[in-house]
Amino acid sequence: MQQVPALKIDGITLSQSLAIIHYLEDTRPNPRLLPQDPKKRAQVRMISDHIASGIQPLQNLSVLKQMGERKTEWAQKCIASGFQALEQVLQQTAGRYCVGDEVSMADLCLVPQVANAERFSVDLGPYPTITRINKALLELEAFKVSHPSRQPDTPAELRA
Amino acid sequence: MSSAAAKPILYGYFRSSCSWRVRIALALKGIAYDQVPVNLLKDGGQQLSAEFKAVNPMQQVPALKIDGITLSQSLAIIHYLEDTRPNPRLLPQDPKKRAQVRMISDHIASGIQPLQNLSVLKQMGERKTEWAQKCIASGFQALEQVLQQTAGRYCVGDEVSMADLCLVPQVANAERFSVDLGPYPTITRINKALLELEAFKVSHPSRQPDTPAELRA
Repeated sequence: MQQVPALKIDGITLSQSLAIIHYLEDTRPNPRLLPQDPKKRAQVRMISDHIASGIQPLQNLSVLKQMGERKTEWAQKCIASGFQALEQVLQQTAGRYCVGDEVSMADLCLVPQVANAERFSVDLGPYPTITRINKALLELEAFKVSHPSRQPDTPAELRA
Repeated sequence: MSSAAAKPILYGYFRSSCSWRVRIALALKGIAYDQVPVNLLKDGGQQLSAEFKAVNPMQQVPALKIDGITLSQSLAIIHYLEDTRPNPRLLPQDPKKRAQVRMISDHIASGIQPLQNLSVLKQMGERKTEWAQKCIASGFQALEQVLQQTAGRYCVGDEVSMADLCLVPQVANAERFSVDLGPYPTITRINKALLELEAFKVSHPSRQPDTPAELRA
């Protein structure tokens, strides 16, 4: 499908990050990335999908190419609009993290999207819950070791 | 559960492809529900009204009020229906096939539809149709490749799945934007087979409470 990420695992190749994450959850269930309670699972998926369908695609590379000079303004608009809705939902669902006090798939979507927001200089002042959760997650080892600044292909000038 | 439990309520728009996905799921699972239409065009978009915000703070359709909660995001809703009303199944039991269903669903729901939804098209001005065609054609090209590997009678094997619920509404969008479907024989074949199923017919945009008279089947 000419897309990244793609994961080659167990003899198959999968794309679409949330489909990959669900597959990992189905086959390597511990520790859990989705709560057992169906309503909380639904909240995790709703938040994840909001970011993965409702925000990120609108500011990804191929769309931005079409926007020419309006690129940054467009990205800021999409992210701000999406974060405004997300802040509302998180005020209802969040504990220490996006949904309650356990790290979930929603948190995996949040942190990279906040990084995108920062890259486009989106003012995060209006989103205190997003900001608080993002900060808490970035203290966890998994979020540090996977950070864009620490990957094999991170350019020298961006390396942590 | 109390015997006086209210029917689920779907807040949607007849023509919204995301709403249609949920309508198909509800029909396939035999779940009776009430609809409250939310017109995305009138009054600057009724989904943005204070009234609807009280229903769904995310101000999006579809939203489903069910079992005392309100959910948005069509695939999150469909997954919730699957988790709580598991028959008939909309996701295969085999993890690899499940992953294929999700990959196809997400490709449509994240990789194609959002790029040609209303709020994005508004930004495109005159380039609107050209942009929508480009997004859909590009997405369908990738999808056709994948389906050639996964498809049986339907998107993944021979059972209707969440992927099929995403496919049909996206093909309808493609037709609305006059995308040439000639290059996508597998998509076309599967779409045709699905449209013969009752759940896909009863949920069709042409047959909803808010379908305008001139578009009604």
